[in-house]
Amino acid sequence: MHTLTWIAAAVLTTLVCGAIARAGDGDSGSPWRIALTRLRDNHTAFAALCVIVALLIVAALAPWLAPYSPIAQPDIVKLKNLPPSLAHPFGTDFASRDVFSRALYGARVSLSVALLAIVVSASVGTAYGAIAGYVGGRIDTIMMRLIDAGLSVPRILLLIAVLALWAPVPLPVLVLLLGLTGWFGVSRVVRAQVLSLRERDMVVAARALGASDREILWRHILPNVLSPIIVSITLGIANVLIVEAGLSYLGVGVRPPSASWGNMILDGADEIASLWWISTFPGLAIVVTVMAFNLLGDGLRDALDPRQVDG
Amino acid sequence: MTSSPSASAPLLSIRDLSTWFHTGGRSVSRAVDGVSFDVMPHETVGLVGESGCGKSVTSLSILRLIERPGRIEPGSRIDFEGRDLLSLDDRAIRAIRGNRISMIFQEPMTSLNPVFNVGDQIAEVARVHSRASRREAWERAVDMLQQVGVPAPADRAREYPHQLSGGLRQRAMIAMALMMHPALLIADEPTTALDVTIQAQILELLAELQARVGMSILLITHDLGVIAESATRVLVMYAGQIVEEAPVRTLFDAAHHPYTEGLLSAMPRLGDRRERLTVIPGTVPSPTQWPAGCRFHDRCAYAWERCRTQVPPLYQIGAGHVSRCHLAAEPARRQASGAAAGAAPAS
Repeated sequence: MHTLTWIAAAVLTTLVCGAIARAGDGDSGSPWRIALTRLRDNHTAFAALCVIVALLIVAALAPWLAPYSPIAQPDIVKLKNLPPSLAHPFGTDFASRDVFSRALYGARVSLSVALLAIVVSASVGTAYGAIAGYVGGRIDTIMMRLIDAGLSVPRILLLIAVLALWAPVPLPVLVLLLGLTGWFGVSRVVRAQVLSLRERDMVVAARALGASDREILWRHILPNVLSPIIVSITLGIANVLIVEAGLSYLGVGVRPPSASWGNMILDGADEIASLWWISTFPGLAIVVTVMAFNLLGDGLRDALDPRQVDG
Repeated sequence: MTSSPSASAPLLSIRDLSTWFHTGGRSVSRAVDGVSFDVMPHETVGLVGESGCGKSVTSLSILRLIERPGRIEPGSRIDFEGRDLLSLDDRAIRAIRGNRISMIFQEPMTSLNPVFNVGDQIAEVARVHSRASRREAWERAVDMLQQVGVPAPADRAREYPHQLSGGLRQRAMIAMALMMHPALLIADEPTTALDVTIQAQILELLAELQARVGMSILLITHDLGVIAESATRVLVMYAGQIVEEAPVRTLFDAAHHPYTEGLLSAMPRLGDRRERLTVIPGTVPSPTQWPAGCRFHDRCAYAWERCRTQVPPLYQIGAGHVSRCHLAAEPARRQASGAAAGAAPAS
């Protein structure tokens, strides 16, 4: 019934991945182009990238791809807990909702929560780390001790405590909470890089040519820190996905009836032995997505390694 | 430095420049310690000395590029085009850097930003210092690359530092430095990282550009060969101080300071029959504890009691020729110990 949209989504995925692959063909000496070429030639990472592209497209097109509404409960008696069939590829849950449709909408929620949260933590972490590393001295020491303090608070417990008190939590707040508790790693990476970059001849040379601190940070330091930031963003997405799934599974993250992969697992948790499909499919979705982001992250780490630029 | 009417005013005038590094604790590293010299318009001044003698710190001090824990000490004075550089605020000194005074460095690979193509980096200088549009700045960058002898400049401008050879990279750095037609170019070991043939080309290019643009060059190097080729006047630095200053011919023909003598005899020359080059014994002392008296005395073949106790002033030797050595006051001592000093390297 949605065959056409599915075909469109498949075509779109192919086009995007093809475009990425072709973008790696050019022989420009740009370090980004070189990294792209290297990423494309790494089959595992490129496959992971394509899986992610497909997931993003499916998530974006969920309303047009899903055969049913994710919250419709057509017949709570006759249609509940049906095993996978042609009509319901992933079966139905205890409320007769179509698990496949919910998984598609769940992708929307889970991926957008993860992506937005990582945007928050990458921005905060980059700004914080860049300032600490660039200013240096006592300010740097204080800022880093604050990070140590932040890292010593167990993130999940903190989140559970806040979320449990603030129920039901609106999605933007969930995103902010996830983002604001996840930037310590990025800021450490950025600070370390900035610390070493600011001592480079390049920076002295730029200063000698009249560049201001702002210009040096934006043009000379941050572009050279972008690689580790990209890598930690990619790996960070996988991490946030798991945290969000965990929180939703515990019932304090994304609240029903909204579908997220985490709370879908919760739906089937009580009867996992008999009604396996309710939890298994969202679980698999999490596994595939997290693995794809991790593999892409590893591939990016190799592709963006500056030590290989001349190779 | 009051003017006789015929002498033009110096472009750059440094008086009692001291740049010390306060590294914590009691010890202060007096890397540059009371340096004074002038650079006239259109002239090339060479600044020579061993590593650690303070020549790079001197050049960085001129542009106020010294970072903590380094500090230009009160009492120092740097005048450039009639302005006291040390009293300028941040914005004003930035407007001079890369615009009126430019600097090129030893290692062009690490001085360029690996993630931007060279055209962008050269164009950036114009965008920092003038209201040039992106396109205008790019065109000027390509033009500048052409002027510094880069073949196919429009294509090269789109290349990244790692795609260029060492010589081309240094040319790109020079293009960047000269983009705004500075009055003074500080070249800190500009050829040290390059092949000998490329070295000569770069020095030639600098001389040619100097003639065309009419700028002054402060050439910092440890290589007297480079000085002989390019400079008109030479400053010899040792242990944070200027120890000798002379026109280039005078320096090579009649060096006065024993340290300069040492540097000259450590340099191979055509027709030289010696089998081994002479070395100056010992190393530059630590800037946290310069020796008392003459800072060179414990490496000097002529040193006598006076050198160990009394700090030598800059003695006038001849026209434009000064030397920080007590031999100027007691020239007879050079002959007396000359035999002993001369005997050593022959063995």
